[in-house]
Amino acid sequence: MCLGVPGKIIELKEHNVGVVDIQGNQVSISVALTPEVEVGQHVLVHAGFAMEIIDEEEALKTMALLEEMMSYGEMSIDEPR
Amino acid sequence: MGKSDDRILMAHGSGGLMSQQLIERLFKKNWNNPNMEDMLDGAVFNLPPGKVAMSTDSFVITPLFFPGGDIGKLAICGTVNDLVACGAKPLYMSTAFIIEEGFPLDDLEKIVQSMAQTAARVGVALVTGDTKVVEKGSADGLFINTAGIGVIGAGIDYRPTRLQPGDRIIVSGPVGDHGLAILAQREGLRFDTPTTSDCAPLYGIGQALESFAPDVRCMRDPTRGGLATVLNEIASQSGLGIKVWEEKIPVSPVVQGACDMLGLDPLYMANEGKMVIFVAADRAQEVLSALHQVEESRAAAEIGEVIAQPSGMVLIETALGADRILGVLEGEHVPRIC
Amino acid sequence: MSRDDKEYTQALLGDIRSEKNQFALMEVCGTHTMAIAKSGIRELIPDNLRLLSGPGCPVCVTAQGDIDGMIELSKNPDVTLLTFGDMMRVPGTATSLAEERSRGADVRVVYSPMDAVQMAAENPHRQMVFLGIGFETTAPTVAVSIEEAYRRGLENYSVLSLHKLVPPALEAIFSDPDIKVDGLICPGHVSAVIGLSPYEVLAEKYHKPCVVTGFDTLDILEGIVMLLHQLRQGEARAEIQYRRVVKREGNPVAAAILERVFQPADARWRGLGAIPGSGLAVRPAYQKCDARSRFQVPEIEDKPIKGCACGEVLTGRITPQQCALFGRACTPLKPIGPCMVSHEGACAAYYRYTPVKGR
Repeated sequence: MCLGVPGKIIELKEHNVGVVDIQGNQVSISVALTPEVEVGQHVLVHAGFAMEIIDEEEALKTMALLEEMMSYGEMSIDEPR
Repeated sequence: MGKSDDRILMAHGSGGLMSQQLIERLFKKNWNNPNMEDMLDGAVFNLPPGKVAMSTDSFVITPLFFPGGDIGKLAICGTVNDLVACGAKPLYMSTAFIIEEGFPLDDLEKIVQSMAQTAARVGVALVTGDTKVVEKGSADGLFINTAGIGVIGAGIDYRPTRLQPGDRIIVSGPVGDHGLAILAQREGLRFDTPTTSDCAPLYGIGQALESFAPDVRCMRDPTRGGLATVLNEIASQSGLGIKVWEEKIPVSPVVQGACDMLGLDPLYMANEGKMVIFVAADRAQEVLSALHQVEESRAAAEIGEVIAQPSGMVLIETALGADRILGVLEGEHVPRIC
Repeated sequence: MSRDDKEYTQALLGDIRSEKNQFALMEVCGTHTMAIAKSGIRELIPDNLRLLSGPGCPVCVTAQGDIDGMIELSKNPDVTLLTFGDMMRVPGTATSLAEERSRGADVRVVYSPMDAVQMAAENPHRQMVFLGIGFETTAPTVAVSIEEAYRRGLENYSVLSLHKLVPPALEAIFSDPDIKVDGLICPGHVSAVIGLSPYEVLAEKYHKPCVVTGFDTLDILEGIVMLLHQLRQGEARAEIQYRRVVKREGNPVAAAILERVFQPADARWRGLGAIPGSGLAVRPAYQKCDARSRFQVPEIEDKPIKGCACGEVLTGRITPQQCALFGRACTPLKPIGPCMVSHEGACAAYYRYTPVKGR
């Protein structure tokens, strides 16, 4: 329901306007919903707005948690290795 | 050719003096073609021996000037590339203009010059043409029709019915650039992209592959509807199936990023300087190497193969390893938000 | 450690394939429906695991009467209707916005609500009405646009709010004995705004695990593994897979502006009917930007489309292929129901990205 893509903040202007770089494309967005965002941070862009600041470290934490949970190899029957 | 605010008037299409002046000062000056000197009602020329290919296309595009090209370059490339896909060396072309009253003469001259340059790059002669002017509001600036004739070399026979199971599929470079470059110019979409149209005449590809006939089975340029649409056309015309690998299809990160943002699929975005080539499996590597020597296909990549079943269908193996059907585009390919 | 690791992807898939029990998981979000169909996940998981599509495509859940209402509004010669692209072709009872536009109605597609405000500023003599469609992700952006219109003193910008809230719809699904769902793949971007607490309430009350999930193929695989893990253990917690974006507390700035500009209202859903407090209306303090107070927007009764089973599809009662019209009378080119129009509608996603084993 809510298409969102990551973009990197490359400029912040007045009235909550920010410019994000999305894989080399530059888009003017509103940062009204993430007022604390800083240049260089990644945000999730939806409908011309930064919805949230992205923290990639957290993705690795989820991965670590799951690897532990699956104990990597014991539970799966068609383990590829 | 005049003051910068000079514009096309209805009289330029009247067939009278102003029409003559337009032809003399704009078309003849820029195209400098002996065939035009005689000002006959049509072009008269000899063709070398061999089968003849002929193709025509009309060009309507907004905006008329876009990053990487303009409607004039596009009008030459479109017809040239259709002839190349038929296996022909493009030789002669006609051009017909439908111009909206009030169109700036400067813009028209830029477009005509762009056509001349593109034609010269391929060595195709613009031998005959026509100009009509319509009242303001009856056309969106400028429409161009071109038709071209080319001669097919001995032994070349590019047709989908020549496909065989096991044949390899090559695309001459990353897909979706033209579609995105045009989309980014449209009103209502406020984003800047470094992407430029891939608009280019592909006779170099045609020349590079001549010596591989008959192992090159078929070629087609994936314009409107994109790569997915062309693959579906070929599958249906060949009576065989097609399998491509999602991860091997070249798409530039910029195009992919913009498509993700807009909810679009680059496989359905238009290209104006790409060719899809079907080649016998044992020649695929040689063909790829030959393509890598040509400016327009330095990034050519093998993306799939022809399969016997399911006939008439295109399968795509996703990055995850699942096969799904890559269908034809239904309806408009419009940006979405949700 | 890298998430792009193929071995990790295969380990996740292996874990999912090792499941022998019958479970039905519902992906609530239309963007999930699209991503699942496009990546081919459905084809790679065993038949005992079913992935159902839920009421998460905002265009699809908009009630027929509300669609007819907006089409009526588009006929007002003073009004320019601004909408996200997907709404254009959705069929009303007699016509669609696209058809009305071809007959002269002024309907334009915008990418962002802020573009709509800008267009209002550039066209001071036209009444610009933005169609407020969407859930908690989109609604705060529309709320910002309303505050921006006030800041700029615009007298010609208003919103027809048909926004909907996700938790009441999930409650309706869980409490319907006809709908068999064992766990929820919860919408990542809605949750970025509302946080985890609404799911904690649901998970406890109905004893169903809920996992807030992102939209990459890997995200979805991780979300499914987390749900199955809970189901095997007999647990029913609310968890976040999509931690790089979603925080437990959500986005308090977005929630606050939502609260400032909108108030809960009753809303009609296709497939679920009227749900009290499941919609958002513009607060009286922002009346100037409320299209309902500015114009006569007719309240039109829902007239079901004959033969269309979108309502059943949206609630996971049937799969798209089980609808008699699917792929025959109803295709993306000639859609009969909204689930075939919207790109992320379950029917359009199934139709476009058919797995080979589906034929």
